[in-house]
Amino acid sequence: MAPKAQKKPQGKQMAKSSAPHKPKNSAINASRLMKYSRARIFQRKAAYKVKKVKTPAKKSAEKAAAAAAFVVKKIGGDKNGGERKVYKKTPKSLPTQVASRKVQLRPKKTFKKHVRRIRSNLAPGAVLILLAGRHKGKRVVLLKQLESGLLLVTGPRKLNGCPLRRVSQRYVIGTKTRIDISKVALPERLNDAYFRRQRSAKKSAASAGGSADIFAKSDAAYAVSAERREDQAAVDKALMGAIKASGDGPMLRSYLRSLFSIKSGQRPHAMVF
Amino acid sequence: MGKLDKFIEVGRVAFIANGKDSGKVCAIAEIIDQNRVLIDGPCSGVRRQVCDMKRLHLTRFCIDLPHSARTAVVRRKWTAAKLDEKWKETSWAKKLEARRLRTNMSDFDRFKLARAKQIRNSIIALAAGKIRKEAKAKPNALRFRKPNKKRHIKKE
Repeated sequence: MAPKAQKKPQGKQMAKSSAPHKPKNSAINASRLMKYSRARIFQRKAAYKVKKVKTPAKKSAEKAAAAAAFVVKKIGGDKNGGERKVYKKTPKSLPTQVASRKVQLRPKKTFKKHVRRIRSNLAPGAVLILLAGRHKGKRVVLLKQLESGLLLVTGPRKLNGCPLRRVSQRYVIGTKTRIDISKVALPERLNDAYFRRQRSAKKSAASAGGSADIFAKSDAAYAVSAERREDQAAVDKALMGAIKASGDGPMLRSYLRSLFSIKSGQRPHAMVF
Repeated sequence: MGKLDKFIEVGRVAFIANGKDSGKVCAIAEIIDQNRVLIDGPCSGVRRQVCDMKRLHLTRFCIDLPHSARTAVVRRKWTAAKLDEKWKETSWAKKLEARRLRTNMSDFDRFKLARAKQIRNSIIALAAGKIRKEAKAKPNALRFRKPNKKRHIKKE
Protein backbone atom coordinates (compact mmCIF):
# COMPACT_ATOMS: atom_id res chain seq x y z
CA MET A 1 0.00 0.00 0.00
CA ALA A 2 1.29 3.46 -0.86
CA PRO A 3 2.39 5.48 2.12
CA LYS A 4 0.31 8.44 3.29
CA ALA A 5 1.00 11.67 1.40
CA GLN A 6 2.92 14.03 3.64
CA LYS A 7 1.76 17.59 3.92
CA LYS A 8 5.26 19.06 4.47
CA PRO A 9 8.32 17.34 3.00
CA GLN A 10 11.34 17.36 5.33
CA GLY A 11 14.09 19.96 5.00
CA LYS A 12 11.78 22.47 3.36
CA GLN A 13 11.98 26.11 4.34
CA MET A 14 8.80 28.00 3.60
CA ALA A 15 8.46 31.75 3.33
CA LYS A 16 6.21 32.78 6.16
CA SER A 17 2.91 34.08 4.85
CA SER A 18 0.39 36.07 6.81
CA ALA A 19 -2.55 34.12 5.37
CA PRO A 20 -3.83 31.14 7.43
CA HIS A 21 -2.58 27.73 6.33
CA LYS A 22 -4.91 25.99 3.90
CA PRO A 23 -3.94 22.35 3.51
CA LYS A 24 -3.65 21.32 -0.14
CA ASN A 25 -4.46 17.73 0.63
CA SER A 26 -7.42 16.34 2.50
CA ALA A 27 -8.66 13.03 3.72
CA ILE A 28 -11.46 11.32 1.84
CA ASN A 29 -12.64 8.99 4.56
CA ALA A 30 -12.22 8.23 8.20
CA SER A 31 -9.16 6.02 7.69
CA ARG A 32 -7.25 8.99 6.29
CA LEU A 33 -7.10 7.98 2.65
CA MET A 34 -5.79 11.14 1.02
CA LYS A 35 -7.27 12.79 -2.02
CA TYR A 36 -3.93 13.40 -3.69
CA SER A 37 -1.06 10.94 -3.83
CA ARG A 38 2.45 11.86 -2.78
CA ALA A 39 3.55 12.48 -6.37
CA ARG A 40 0.52 14.68 -7.11
CA ILE A 41 1.08 16.74 -3.98
CA PHE A 42 4.71 17.22 -4.95
CA GLN A 43 3.47 18.73 -8.20
CA ARG A 44 0.70 20.79 -6.65
CA LYS A 45 2.98 22.34 -4.09
CA ALA A 46 5.71 22.93 -6.66
CA ALA A 47 8.14 21.29 -4.30
CA TYR A 48 10.58 20.81 -7.20
CA LYS A 49 11.29 24.55 -6.95
CA VAL A 50 12.32 24.39 -3.34
CA LYS A 51 16.04 24.09 -2.68
CA LYS A 52 17.01 21.55 -0.06
CA VAL A 53 19.08 22.94 2.80
CA LYS A 54 21.87 20.80 4.14
CA THR A 55 21.84 20.58 7.91
CA PRO A 56 25.40 21.04 9.24
CA ALA A 57 27.20 18.16 10.95
CA LYS A 58 26.69 18.59 14.68
CA LYS A 59 29.59 16.52 15.98
CA SER A 60 33.20 17.07 14.98
CA ALA A 61 35.26 14.13 13.86
CA GLU A 62 37.28 13.87 17.08
CA LYS A 63 34.22 13.81 19.28
CA ALA A 64 32.77 11.13 17.09
CA ALA A 65 35.91 9.04 17.39
CA ALA A 66 35.95 9.36 21.17
CA ALA A 67 32.29 8.48 21.45
CA ALA A 68 32.62 5.45 19.17
CA ALA A 69 32.45 2.02 20.71
CA PHE A 70 35.55 0.87 18.89
CA VAL A 71 39.08 1.99 18.08
CA VAL A 72 40.56 1.66 14.64
CA LYS A 73 44.02 0.10 14.86
CA LYS A 74 46.58 -0.56 12.23
CA ILE A 75 47.88 -4.04 11.82
CA GLY A 76 50.74 -5.48 9.87
CA GLY A 77 50.69 -7.89 7.02
CA ASP A 78 50.14 -7.26 3.34
CA LYS A 79 47.02 -9.20 2.90
CA ASN A 80 45.24 -8.41 6.18
CA GLY A 81 43.43 -5.28 5.09
CA GLY A 82 45.70 -2.95 7.15
CA GLU A 83 43.09 -2.04 9.83
CA ARG A 84 40.98 -3.62 12.46
CA LYS A 85 38.08 -2.26 14.54
CA VAL A 86 38.85 -3.11 18.12
CA TYR A 87 35.77 -2.85 20.32
CA LYS A 88 36.24 -1.22 23.70
CA LYS A 89 33.57 -3.28 25.28
CA THR A 90 32.31 -6.21 23.31
CA PRO A 91 28.83 -5.38 22.16
CA LYS A 92 26.15 -7.96 22.66
CA SER A 93 25.89 -8.55 18.99
CA LEU A 94 28.04 -7.68 15.98
CA PRO A 95 25.53 -7.64 13.22
CA THR A 96 26.58 -8.30 9.68
CA GLN A 97 23.52 -6.57 8.29
CA VAL A 98 21.88 -3.33 9.24
CA ALA A 99 18.69 -4.19 11.04
CA SER A 100 15.73 -2.52 9.40
CA ARG A 101 13.71 -0.55 11.89
CA LYS A 102 10.04 -1.27 12.04
CA VAL A 103 8.13 1.95 11.79
CA GLN A 104 6.06 2.51 14.93
CA LEU A 105 2.86 4.08 13.74
CA ARG A 106 1.42 4.02 17.27
CA PRO A 107 4.40 3.74 19.61
CA LYS A 108 4.02 2.16 23.05
CA LYS A 109 3.31 4.77 25.69
CA THR A 110 5.63 4.82 28.65
CA PHE A 111 4.14 4.86 32.13
CA LYS A 112 4.88 8.56 32.48
CA LYS A 113 2.68 9.33 29.50
CA HIS A 114 -0.28 7.26 30.61
CA VAL A 115 -3.50 9.17 31.09
CA ARG A 116 -4.34 9.52 34.75
CA ARG A 117 -8.01 9.33 35.46
CA ILE A 118 -9.86 9.96 38.66
CA ARG A 119 -13.29 8.74 39.62
CA SER A 120 -15.86 11.50 39.34
CA ASN A 121 -16.95 11.26 42.96
CA LEU A 122 -13.40 11.72 44.29
CA ALA A 123 -12.50 15.36 44.79
CA PRO A 124 -10.04 17.01 47.16
CA GLY A 125 -11.63 17.16 50.58
CA ALA A 126 -13.68 14.00 50.13
CA VAL A 127 -13.80 11.48 52.94
CA LEU A 128 -12.66 8.07 51.72
CA ILE A 129 -13.00 4.63 53.23
CA LEU A 130 -9.81 2.58 52.84
CA LEU A 131 -10.54 -1.01 51.94
CA ALA A 132 -7.08 -2.59 51.99
CA GLY A 133 -3.69 -2.19 53.56
CA ARG A 134 -2.75 -1.65 57.15
CA HIS A 135 -5.25 1.19 57.47
CA LYS A 136 -8.22 -0.72 56.14
CA GLY A 137 -11.59 0.35 57.44
CA LYS A 138 -10.33 3.82 58.30
CA ARG A 139 -12.02 6.96 57.08
CA VAL A 140 -9.47 9.39 55.71
CA VAL A 141 -9.44 12.71 53.92
CA LEU A 142 -8.35 12.98 50.28
CA LEU A 143 -5.90 15.82 49.69
CA LYS A 144 -5.07 15.51 46.02
CA GLN A 145 -4.17 13.18 43.17
CA LEU A 146 -0.44 12.82 42.56
CA GLU A 147 1.20 12.64 39.16
CA SER A 148 1.40 8.88 39.18
CA GLY A 149 -2.37 8.73 39.62
CA LEU A 150 -2.25 7.64 43.26
CA LEU A 151 -4.25 9.57 45.81
CA LEU A 152 -2.61 11.52 48.61
CA VAL A 153 -4.56 11.05 51.83
CA THR A 154 -4.17 11.83 55.48
CA GLY A 155 -6.10 10.58 58.56
CA PRO A 156 -5.64 13.18 60.01
CA ARG A 157 -3.07 11.23 61.97
CA LYS A 158 -4.32 12.67 65.25
CA LEU A 159 -7.77 11.18 64.70
CA ASN A 160 -7.12 7.74 63.26
CA GLY A 161 -3.42 7.15 62.98
CA CYS A 162 -3.27 7.25 59.22
CA PRO A 163 -0.34 9.43 58.11
CA LEU A 164 0.23 11.34 54.87
CA ARG A 165 0.10 8.44 52.53
CA ARG A 166 -0.41 7.36 48.96
CA VAL A 167 -3.34 5.16 48.19
CA SER A 168 -4.73 3.60 45.04
CA GLN A 169 -8.18 4.63 43.85
CA ARG A 170 -9.10 1.01 43.40
CA TYR A 171 -8.94 0.23 47.09
CA VAL A 172 -11.06 3.09 48.20
CA ILE A 173 -14.76 3.93 48.56
CA GLY A 174 -15.47 7.60 47.95
CA THR A 175 -18.18 8.93 50.24
CA LYS A 176 -20.39 11.94 49.64
CA THR A 177 -18.99 13.71 52.67
CA ARG A 178 -16.81 16.68 51.76
CA ILE A 179 -14.56 18.91 53.77
CA ASP A 180 -13.62 22.30 52.39
CA ILE A 181 -9.83 22.15 52.12
CA SER A 182 -9.38 25.20 49.93
CA LYS A 183 -7.61 26.92 52.83
CA VAL A 184 -5.33 23.93 53.49
CA ALA A 185 -1.94 24.64 51.93
CA LEU A 186 -0.12 21.46 50.97
CA PRO A 187 3.70 21.60 51.05
CA GLU A 188 5.23 21.71 47.58
CA ARG A 189 7.51 18.76 48.21
CA LEU A 190 4.67 16.23 48.57
CA ASN A 191 5.00 14.27 45.36
CA ASP A 192 5.66 10.71 44.23
CA ALA A 193 9.43 10.97 44.81
CA TYR A 194 8.81 12.01 48.42
CA PHE A 195 6.80 8.88 49.11
CA ARG A 196 8.96 6.51 47.15
CA ARG A 197 10.15 3.51 49.11
CA GLN A 198 13.81 3.77 50.06
CA ARG A 199 15.95 0.77 49.22
CA SER A 200 18.86 0.48 51.65
CA ALA A 201 22.10 1.55 49.90
CA LYS A 202 24.32 -1.11 51.47
CA LYS A 203 22.33 -4.00 50.09
CA SER A 204 22.40 -2.70 46.54
CA ALA A 205 26.19 -2.16 46.73
CA ALA A 206 26.68 -5.66 48.07
CA SER A 207 24.69 -7.25 45.29
CA ALA A 208 26.69 -5.34 42.70
CA GLY A 209 30.09 -6.13 44.22
CA GLY A 210 29.29 -9.63 45.34
CA SER A 211 31.95 -9.54 48.01
CA ALA A 212 29.97 -8.51 51.09
CA ASP A 213 28.48 -11.01 53.48
CA ILE A 214 25.12 -11.97 52.02
CA PHE A 215 23.73 -12.86 55.43
CA ALA A 216 24.43 -9.43 56.88
CA LYS A 217 21.18 -7.70 57.75
CA SER A 218 21.63 -4.25 56.33
CA ASP A 219 18.00 -3.12 56.66
CA ALA A 220 17.66 -0.62 59.45
CA ALA A 221 14.22 -0.34 61.03
CA TYR A 222 12.09 2.30 59.26
CA ALA A 223 12.49 5.62 61.02
CA VAL A 224 10.20 8.55 60.32
CA SER A 225 12.21 11.40 58.85
CA ALA A 226 12.08 14.88 60.30
CA GLU A 227 10.56 16.35 57.16
CA ARG A 228 7.72 13.82 57.31
CA ARG A 229 6.90 14.84 60.86
CA GLU A 230 7.03 18.47 59.88
CA ASP A 231 4.73 18.03 56.88
CA GLN A 232 2.32 15.83 58.80
CA ALA A 233 2.01 18.38 61.59
CA ALA A 234 1.51 21.27 59.17
CA VAL A 235 -1.12 19.54 57.05
CA ASP A 236 -2.99 18.09 60.01
CA LYS A 237 -3.15 21.41 61.80
CA ALA A 238 -4.68 23.08 58.75
CA LEU A 239 -7.02 20.14 58.18
CA MET A 240 -8.25 20.06 61.79
CA GLY A 241 -9.00 23.76 61.40
CA ALA A 242 -11.00 23.05 58.27
CA ILE A 243 -12.93 20.27 60.04
CA LYS A 244 -13.70 22.56 62.94
CA ALA A 245 -14.88 25.27 60.55
CA SER A 246 -17.25 22.92 58.72
CA GLY A 247 -20.82 22.54 59.93
CA ASP A 248 -20.58 19.12 61.62
CA GLY A 249 -17.28 19.68 63.42
CA PRO A 250 -17.51 17.40 66.50
CA MET A 251 -19.48 14.72 64.64
CA LEU A 252 -16.99 14.75 61.77
CA ARG A 253 -14.15 14.24 64.20
CA SER A 254 -15.72 11.18 65.80
CA TYR A 255 -16.72 9.97 62.30
CA LEU A 256 -13.11 10.07 61.14
CA ARG A 257 -12.03 8.27 64.27
CA SER A 258 -14.47 5.42 63.73
CA LEU A 259 -13.91 2.37 61.57
CA PHE A 260 -16.11 1.25 58.71
CA SER A 261 -17.69 -2.18 58.70
CA ILE A 262 -20.55 -3.93 56.98
CA LYS A 263 -23.28 -4.80 59.44
CA SER A 264 -25.78 -7.58 59.14
CA GLY A 265 -28.49 -6.72 56.62
CA GLN A 266 -26.44 -4.07 54.85
CA ARG A 267 -25.94 -4.59 51.14
CA PRO A 268 -23.02 -2.56 49.79
CA HIS A 269 -24.33 -2.51 46.23
CA ALA A 270 -27.56 -0.93 47.42
CA MET A 271 -25.96 1.52 49.84
CA VAL A 272 -25.31 5.13 49.15
CA PHE A 273 -21.89 6.19 50.41
CA MET B 1 -58.91 -9.10 52.17
CA GLY B 2 -59.86 -5.61 53.36
CA LYS B 3 -63.02 -3.60 53.11
CA LEU B 4 -64.28 -3.05 49.56
CA ASP B 5 -64.54 0.69 50.04
CA LYS B 6 -62.08 1.96 47.42
CA PHE B 7 -63.28 1.74 43.87
CA ILE B 8 -61.84 2.43 40.49
CA GLU B 9 -63.94 5.40 39.48
CA VAL B 10 -63.49 8.67 37.70
CA GLY B 11 -61.80 11.01 40.10
CA ARG B 12 -60.24 8.33 42.31
CA VAL B 13 -56.75 9.28 43.41
CA ALA B 14 -54.38 6.39 42.83
CA PHE B 15 -50.76 5.63 43.65
CA ILE B 16 -48.63 4.28 40.79
CA ALA B 17 -46.76 1.31 42.17
CA ASN B 18 -44.36 0.33 39.41
CA GLY B 19 -42.96 1.26 36.04
CA LYS B 20 -42.34 4.82 34.93
CA ASP B 21 -43.77 7.44 37.36
CA SER B 22 -43.75 4.87 40.14
CA GLY B 23 -44.17 6.48 43.52
CA LYS B 24 -46.41 9.27 42.23
CA VAL B 25 -50.12 9.88 42.74
CA CYS B 26 -52.56 10.60 39.96
CA ALA B 27 -56.28 10.90 39.32
CA ILE B 28 -58.35 8.52 37.21
CA ALA B 29 -59.83 10.55 34.37
CA GLU B 30 -61.60 7.80 32.45
CA ILE B 31 -62.17 4.07 32.54
CA ILE B 32 -61.28 2.42 29.27
CA ASP B 33 -62.13 -1.22 29.81
CA GLN B 34 -61.87 -3.93 32.41
CA ASN B 35 -58.13 -3.61 32.78
CA ARG B 36 -57.15 -0.11 31.75
CA VAL B 37 -57.83 3.43 32.85
CA LEU B 38 -56.82 6.87 31.70
CA ILE B 39 -54.81 8.61 34.40
CA ASP B 40 -53.66 12.20 34.77
CA GLY B 41 -51.56 13.86 37.41
CA PRO B 42 -50.73 17.41 36.33
CA CYS B 43 -49.80 18.50 39.85
CA SER B 44 -47.65 15.46 40.56
CA GLY B 45 -45.82 15.26 37.24
CA VAL B 46 -47.72 12.36 35.70
CA ARG B 47 -48.56 12.78 32.04
CA ARG B 48 -52.04 11.99 30.86
CA GLN B 49 -51.77 8.36 29.76
CA VAL B 50 -53.32 4.93 29.68
CA CYS B 51 -52.49 2.86 32.70
CA ASP B 52 -53.13 -0.75 33.65
CA MET B 53 -55.26 -1.12 36.77
CA LYS B 54 -52.80 -3.62 38.15
CA ARG B 55 -50.18 -0.86 38.46
CA LEU B 56 -52.44 1.31 40.56
CA HIS B 57 -52.91 1.17 44.30
CA LEU B 58 -56.02 3.09 45.26
CA THR B 59 -55.98 5.76 47.94
CA ARG B 60 -58.93 6.84 50.04
CA PHE B 61 -59.14 10.17 48.22
CA CYS B 62 -61.56 10.93 45.45
CA ILE B 63 -62.06 14.21 43.64
CA ASP B 64 -65.18 15.35 41.87
CA LEU B 65 -64.22 14.96 38.22
CA PRO B 66 -66.43 14.77 35.17
CA HIS B 67 -65.42 11.78 33.07
CA SER B 68 -62.79 12.44 30.35
CA ALA B 69 -61.97 15.75 32.00
CA ARG B 70 -59.04 17.41 30.36
CA THR B 71 -55.79 18.09 32.15
CA ALA B 72 -56.59 21.71 33.04
CA VAL B 73 -59.79 20.62 34.74
CA VAL B 74 -57.99 17.89 36.67
CA ARG B 75 -55.42 20.42 37.79
CA ARG B 76 -58.12 22.85 38.95
CA LYS B 77 -60.02 20.21 40.93
CA TRP B 78 -56.82 18.79 42.40
CA THR B 79 -55.57 22.12 43.74
CA ALA B 80 -59.06 23.02 44.98
CA ALA B 81 -59.17 19.78 46.97
CA LYS B 82 -55.62 20.45 48.27
CA LEU B 83 -54.68 16.89 47.52
CA ASP B 84 -50.90 17.48 47.65
CA GLU B 85 -51.08 18.40 51.34
CA LYS B 86 -53.65 15.71 52.15
CA TRP B 87 -51.51 13.04 50.52
CA LYS B 88 -48.37 14.17 52.36
CA GLU B 89 -50.20 13.95 55.70
CA THR B 90 -51.19 10.31 55.22
CA SER B 91 -49.10 7.73 57.02
CA TRP B 92 -48.67 5.96 53.66
CA ALA B 93 -46.84 8.94 52.21
CA LYS B 94 -44.90 9.44 55.42
CA LYS B 95 -43.68 5.86 55.39
CA LEU B 96 -42.60 6.23 51.76
CA GLU B 97 -40.69 9.39 52.61
CA ALA B 98 -39.02 7.70 55.59
CA ARG B 99 -37.98 4.79 53.38
CA ARG B 100 -36.61 7.18 50.77
CA LEU B 101 -34.58 9.06 53.37
CA ARG B 102 -33.21 5.84 54.79
CA THR B 103 -32.00 4.53 51.42
CA ASN B 104 -30.42 7.85 50.52
CA MET B 105 -28.43 8.12 53.74
CA SER B 106 -24.74 8.63 53.15
CA ASP B 107 -22.05 6.89 55.21
CA PHE B 108 -21.78 9.96 57.46
CA ASP B 109 -25.56 10.04 57.93
CA ARG B 110 -25.55 6.41 58.96
CA PHE B 111 -22.82 7.14 61.46
CA LYS B 112 -24.76 10.11 62.90
CA LEU B 113 -27.89 7.97 63.20
CA ALA B 114 -26.04 5.18 64.97
CA ARG B 115 -24.42 7.67 67.31
CA ALA B 116 -27.78 9.35 68.06
CA LYS B 117 -29.32 5.94 68.86
CA GLN B 118 -26.39 5.10 71.11
CA ILE B 119 -26.72 8.36 73.05
CA ARG B 120 -30.47 7.90 73.41
CA ASN B 121 -30.07 4.31 74.59
CA SER B 122 -27.46 5.26 77.15
CA ILE B 123 -29.79 7.94 78.56
CA ILE B 124 -32.58 5.36 78.79
CA ALA B 125 -30.27 2.78 80.34
CA LEU B 126 -29.07 5.25 82.94
CA ALA B 127 -32.61 6.28 83.85
CA ALA B 128 -33.77 2.65 84.02
CA GLY B 129 -30.80 1.80 86.19
CA LYS B 130 -31.71 4.57 88.60
CA ILE B 131 -35.29 3.35 88.91
CA ARG B 132 -34.08 -0.19 89.49
CA LYS B 133 -31.72 0.99 92.20
CA GLU B 134 -34.44 2.94 93.98
CA ALA B 135 -36.80 -0.03 93.78
CA LYS B 136 -34.19 -2.33 95.33
CA ALA B 137 -33.67 0.14 98.15
CA LYS B 138 -37.36 -0.22 99.16
CA PRO B 139 -37.68 -3.76 100.56
CA ASN B 140 -41.45 -3.96 101.09
CA ALA B 141 -42.67 -2.06 98.05
CA LEU B 142 -43.86 -3.69 94.82
CA ARG B 143 -40.87 -4.83 92.87
CA PHE B 144 -40.75 -5.25 89.15
CA ARG B 145 -40.56 -8.91 88.31
CA LYS B 146 -41.54 -11.19 85.48
CA PRO B 147 -45.29 -11.56 85.39
CA ASN B 148 -46.25 -14.92 86.73
CA LYS B 149 -48.91 -16.34 84.46
CA LYS B 150 -49.98 -18.96 86.95
CA ARG B 151 -51.57 -16.41 89.22
CA HIS B 152 -52.80 -18.85 91.85
CA ILE B 153 -49.23 -20.09 92.48
CA LYS B 154 -47.24 -17.60 94.48
CA LYS B 155 -43.54 -17.47 93.61
CA GLU B 156 -41.26 -16.19 96.33
